Amino acid sequence: MDTFLAQFLSGLATGGIYASLALALVMVHQATRLVNFAQGELAMFSTYIAWSLVQAGLPYWPAFALTLAISFAAGIAIDRIVLRPVRGSSALPMVVVFIGLLVILNSVAGWIYSYTVRPFPSPFPSEPLFGQHYISSHDLGAIGVTLAMLVAIYAFFRFTPLGLAMRAAAQNPESARLVGIRVGWMRALGWGLACAIGAAAGMMVAPIVFLDPNMMSGVLLYAFAAALIGGIDNPFGAVFGGFFVGVLENLLGAYVIGQELKLTVALAVIIAVLVVKPSGLFGRTLVRRV
Amino acid sequence: MSAELLRVEGLQAWYGATQVLHGLDFDVAAGSVTALLGANGAGKTTTLRALCGMVKTRGAVAYDGRRIDGCATEDIVRLGIAHVPDGRGTFLDLTTEENLRLGGITRGGKRALGPDMERMYGYFPRLKERRAQQAGTLSGGEQQMLAIARALMLKPRLLLLDEPSFGLAPKVVAGIFEILRAINRDEGVAILLVEQNAAMALELADHAYLVETGRIAIRGEAARLRNDEAVRRSYLGY
Repeated sequence: MDTFLAQFLSGLATGGIYASLALALVMVHQATRLVNFAQGELAMFSTYIAWSLVQAGLPYWPAFALTLAISFAAGIAIDRIVLRPVRGSSALPMVVVFIGLLVILNSVAGWIYSYTVRPFPSPFPSEPLFGQHYISSHDLGAIGVTLAMLVAIYAFFRFTPLGLAMRAAAQNPESARLVGIRVGWMRALGWGLACAIGAAAGMMVAPIVFLDPNMMSGVLLYAFAAALIGGIDNPFGAVFGGFFVGVLENLLGAYVIGQELKLTVALAVIIAVLVVKPSGLFGRTLVRRV
Repeated sequence: MSAELLRVEGLQAWYGATQVLHGLDFDVAAGSVTALLGANGAGKTTTLRALCGMVKTRGAVAYDGRRIDGCATEDIVRLGIAHVPDGRGTFLDLTTEENLRLGGITRGGKRALGPDMERMYGYFPRLKERRAQQAGTLSGGEQQMLAIARALMLKPRLLLLDEPSFGLAPKVVAGIFEILRAINRDEGVAILLVEQNAAMALELADHAYLVETGRIAIRGEAARLRNDEAVRRSYLGY
């Protein structure tokens, strides 16, 4: 029973990371109707920036905050510089840009930092908190960081005028322009937020999977599965899906299929969702009267 | 009262390679109601879209003495031109209240908009009852009211209205036109109205233009057009 609980809680911790990255995917999807294949590599690159800042002597939390800010700005810059020229064309050029970003970021990270696997610091103490032995401090801390971020994002979209403007721009760009919203900038902001969320996910997962240019490929796959389970247009669904996939993967890995085959869980989930319920568990069922 | 708020000269517009407007001249006096009449496909909706920079245009559009042709839609709106588009442009997944807040989003947050929101609920009490409801679940008439109220939240000096009667029962249409008259009188906002329902439009309007295949065919005071033989036979149906 103790092992089960430990596995379950550790699943929640990685699930929180999947949830964050899935949320980043949903945010870009709402602005572009496309899945950003480069989201994982963006998060990886952000994590390297954090690593550089820590190496340069910055304490962990200032480095964390600075990384979020840099990633936010970089996300906006990528949208304005790389994506704006192809926006409005068909889906294919955008997807090519996403894949291009993926390959370039991966190669540039390997070129600058080499493909050596490095340890990444955790801000949380190494012995378990509160004298219990079910969950490590880092796992507990990662859950805390994820939840704090989710609450902040929710409050931003739900209660601020800027959040409302972003929702309007994603939902109905033409009407948004007609009430004076600068839709292009709202999309850029969405990219910035997605990159900042991804950066947090990267920094939380790096102490577990270690830092290397390919660290996010598996995580991104789980995030895809999470976003699909929840319904790609539903932020809450994505978060639920993240925790669900994390726990499922951990329990199956511990009791059923073994650690080596864990990644197939993500693929199986993706295929199962697409076959059985493509809109996901919480996919939008919008009531509309004409 | 008779100062020109909007002056349009030689307005041409294209959808892709197809030219839809072939040089329109018209103007809208401050505080007045001006109607653009015409059959389906005459270019009325395109005219409104052209004014807001939503299609490719040529020609001069001056608002309050300032050229706005070639400006971005959101910048034109921010000058005080509100547009209720074809199809109403409602944010269907958001609530009634969120739709209204979006209408005034360039003017500030919840607190700044409070009194205006109450004023809109005064014009349209039905919207107040439905304030927390998802806008997509409103009836057609309620959605039209919401679209007008949302546009007024901008505090515009010019309101562009595209077919407010579309798809609504005559009784509902009459109610909406009644409120439009009150809004024009009380808010001092000029209205440029596009309508297929010529009889209703001419009753509300001070001036009217008849658009035929992308050109102005007849212009004049609404009262005169009501009695014009050709207009009566083709558009009023008696």
